[in-house]
Amino acid sequence: MEGGSRSSKILDLRGEGSRSVAVAVVSTLVFFGVIVLLVVNSAGWPEVKRSFFDREIFRGSLPDIADAFLLNVRIFLIAEVFILVAALGIAVLRSLPGPIFFPLRALAVVYTDLFRGIPTILVVYILGFGAPALQIQGVPRDPLFWGIFSLVLVYSAYVAEVYRAGIDSVHPSQEAAARSLGLTRIQSLRFVIVPQAVRRVVPPLLNDFIGLQKDSALVALIGPVEAFRQSQIEVAGSFNYTPYLATALLFVLLTIPLARFTDWLIARDRRRQR
Amino acid sequence: MSALTLQNVHKSFGRVEVLKGIDLAVAEHEVVCMIGASGSGKSTLLRCVNLLEPVDRGRIVVGDQELTARGVDVNVIRRRIGIVFQAYNLFPHMSVLDNVTLAPRKALKLSRADAETRALELLQRFGLADRRDEYPDRLSGGQQQRVAIVRALAMRPGLMLLDEVTSALDPELVAEVLGVIRELAEEGMTMLIATHEMSFARDIADRVVFLDEGVIREEGPPDEIFSAPKEPRTQQFLQRIIEAGRL
Repeated sequence: MEGGSRSSKILDLRGEGSRSVAVAVVSTLVFFGVIVLLVVNSAGWPEVKRSFFDREIFRGSLPDIADAFLLNVRIFLIAEVFILVAALGIAVLRSLPGPIFFPLRALAVVYTDLFRGIPTILVVYILGFGAPALQIQGVPRDPLFWGIFSLVLVYSAYVAEVYRAGIDSVHPSQEAAARSLGLTRIQSLRFVIVPQAVRRVVPPLLNDFIGLQKDSALVALIGPVEAFRQSQIEVAGSFNYTPYLATALLFVLLTIPLARFTDWLIARDRRRQR
Repeated sequence: MSALTLQNVHKSFGRVEVLKGIDLAVAEHEVVCMIGASGSGKSTLLRCVNLLEPVDRGRIVVGDQELTARGVDVNVIRRRIGIVFQAYNLFPHMSVLDNVTLAPRKALKLSRADAETRALELLQRFGLADRRDEYPDRLSGGQQQRVAIVRALAMRPGLMLLDEVTSALDPELVAEVLGVIRELAEEGMTMLIATHEMSFARDIADRVVFLDEGVIREEGPPDEIFSAPKEPRTQQFLQRIIEAGRL
């Protein structure tokens, strides 16, 4: 495809000649070779190497960190389910037409403005320490609960905007067709508008979820020992930073498949629309 | 009793008055074709009859029900009026069969089996049965428009509104859609048709209405309108059509 987006084709050399492939390989090797040489020959490298790239410490800390990382996976998987539902609700509220729904629309606007505005880390702190301190009967005191709750609040605001863009992108003639057949407004939304909207927003939605995966580390700030907290513990025990690197590696290994999957979906959608 | 009556219908978009007092009655089993230049108000009039656009003033009565009265359930009324659009407006995420059965199932509360029986009968009749599982973008324009007509018919409407249904089609696909409409007319379907196909209008219409700048300038039997138009504006319009080789 000529003039297509570069992002989805960046790793795609199929269809190029073997000469292009060779050029790509050589230039990549030269490029990264120069960077590696620069780093390795820097004055502080021996020190950095010792404190960040210690093989033994890496081996020793990885199992515990990987174990703790399962908590991150749990956190964002649970959060994602609630975000998908809550965000769709907010987006639908925001796209309800007519003066009678004004209060609901206003509420949805205030919500998205508020939770996109406050740094996630503050929401985690405020809810994580504030809500249990109220000591209200029936309100959970588990910091993990409040950590996940905070992520759901913040990310629902982002994802609601993604959904809303999708709903707005469905041509008004679709609603006209649905309503003219005697479907109610709610039925038109449910069977005609939202299904088309959701299909269109899957790539940007997955993009937000990549952000969420990383932000699952923020839950550590109010107590639960997930991968980042575990690596801090390991660092404190060894005075060596290698466990941070191990944690970073785990996060990257998890986001790369999702990122490639997102690229693939975008490319597929573009093929379909041709 | 007429199937559709419009009395002094006015409609503005902002400061532009598109319909300036329309009076029109369509009898049961009558086919009325509206002709007129683009922007003369044909589409707006059809959308008003379907209540997709609220009218500013005037009355619209379908059968014995006044649409413009207070407190009417527009969803109930719309089930009795079928409309087909220029751009088909099929639901792209649904198969042909689902496009046709959605409204009968959700609005008329038919069971899936009943809705599908009804849909397949119609698809069969209009030569689309083998397309039942296709998605709209896999069909030709003519097939898509026939599906749109079937989708409207599946609600068993008493009145069909057709809004330039052949205008988006390649010339070689126009005939198959006009054939379907002709069949409906022969069956006695009451229809109000906005069209640019003059020879088709002449052929199929019981009555032709010339819409010009938001008013009905002239109406009468097709032979009269096309052969001996009385109004200068009608004469001008038809002259332009003839010069364009479209009549």
